[in-house]
Amino acid sequence: MVELPLANILTYLLLGARWTLLLAAVAFAGGGIGALLLLLLRYGRPKSGGRFLHLYVELFQGTPLLLQLFLVFFGLPLLGIDVSPLLAAGVALTLYASAFLAEIWRGCVDAIPKGQWDASGALGLNFFNQMRDVILPQALRIAVAPTVGFLTQLLKATALASIVGFEELTKAGQIVSNATFQPMLVYGIVALIYFALCYPLTFCARLLERKLSQSR
Amino acid sequence: MEAESNDRAVMIELRNVNKWYGQFHALKDVSLTVRKGERVVICGPSGSGKSTAIRCINRLEQHQDGQILVEGVELRSSLKNIEHIRREVGMVFQQFNLFPHLTVLQNLTLAPRRVRHVAKQQAEEMAMEYLARVHIAEQAHKYPSRLSGGQQQRVAIARALCMEPQVMLFDEPTSALDPEMINEVLEVMIELAEAHMTMICVTHEMGFARRVADRVVFMDKGQIVEEAPPAAFFDNPTNERTKLFLGQVQKH
Repeated sequence: MVELPLANILTYLLLGARWTLLLAAVAFAGGGIGALLLLLLRYGRPKSGGRFLHLYVELFQGTPLLLQLFLVFFGLPLLGIDVSPLLAAGVALTLYASAFLAEIWRGCVDAIPKGQWDASGALGLNFFNQMRDVILPQALRIAVAPTVGFLTQLLKATALASIVGFEELTKAGQIVSNATFQPMLVYGIVALIYFALCYPLTFCARLLERKLSQSR
Repeated sequence: MEAESNDRAVMIELRNVNKWYGQFHALKDVSLTVRKGERVVICGPSGSGKSTAIRCINRLEQHQDGQILVEGVELRSSLKNIEHIRREVGMVFQQFNLFPHLTVLQNLTLAPRRVRHVAKQQAEEMAMEYLARVHIAEQAHKYPSRLSGGQQQRVAIARALCMEPQVMLFDEPTSALDPEMINEVLEVMIELAEAHMTMICVTHEMGFARRVADRVVFMDKGQIVEEAPPAAFFDNPTNERTKLFLGQVQKH
């Protein structure tokens, strides 16, 4: 057992929280791009893209994230690709976020009335312009709340990366707790840090939503 | 008179067009020729295929059999071909379908800028001209939701005109409007007709049909059952279904 002043515990945990933030940011950015690509497949031609999206989403929504993480962490080395815990967690969370964001955004695009497709199509706009100028700006408005909701889930899901040895916030908490024998104190602080990271997100979402609904 | 109109170039031609929705035979051997400058009104009971027929002309619906030619170019499923035809064919919808996230002016300039690659300033000047033509220039910087139904529909007409189409399709343009707003939209359509725009209108406004149409087409159960100049159509309909329909819409 090691006696650690509270300030040292906090510093150590906050250093771990940096990696939590980085991992969430990577997964969100990667997942966002992945989801956009999946959506273009879904709404473009040919129509088989829709089936691919469906299969992909079912696969990732129907299996535990922890298992996806294991498959990437232990699977990629079998293919001869050496992965660090950060890379494995980043790849797994990106694939996972792509599936969920694609499904959320598909719902938002489908919520746009068919008349908007008709009118923009009848004016001669091609698919890309229809999406960029007419459909997506309207879908974005309704997508803000569920997207940020998912982002907070993603941020908390990064805790699973501790299992493959990635030293983010939860892993840092385990290490400190094992050293100090003060699990209640340490995990309490860990929980507070997660909350402090998530709360501003939902707060921003509320602001953004209000701003977007004013502009019409 | 008849000889004169036959001299004009054929703008739109439907040859034995057939369409099915699953088992339902929505269009049965529909053939129709519209010449440059002609105003054709299509009427008929709901579900008779009127809207489907004109939505096939710009490929919002796909026909399965027969041919559709726009200015002599056959409608095929290639993207280039469809985009080419949509540039030439303007359309106005029952539900207006304005883009709610754009101002009136932006609604009008979007397609000219993206499809015809017109410069922003030039597109805006043209848009203001068309807004003036539909008597609504002062609303240019508002969002559509701030306008009344009649105003929105006039914006929709101006938006279609900004692409300088060869033909205008109207799909029940006054059906979603409150009665007091129908006239302001019809007046704009009459002005268009008087400017020799080629028009195909699906509408129940029989007064409008009588006043501006060169021909009235009656559809029932996916077929064209009668086609005649308005005077003959309204005063001496030959088909039983037409008589029954006219009796119903003119009773009130």
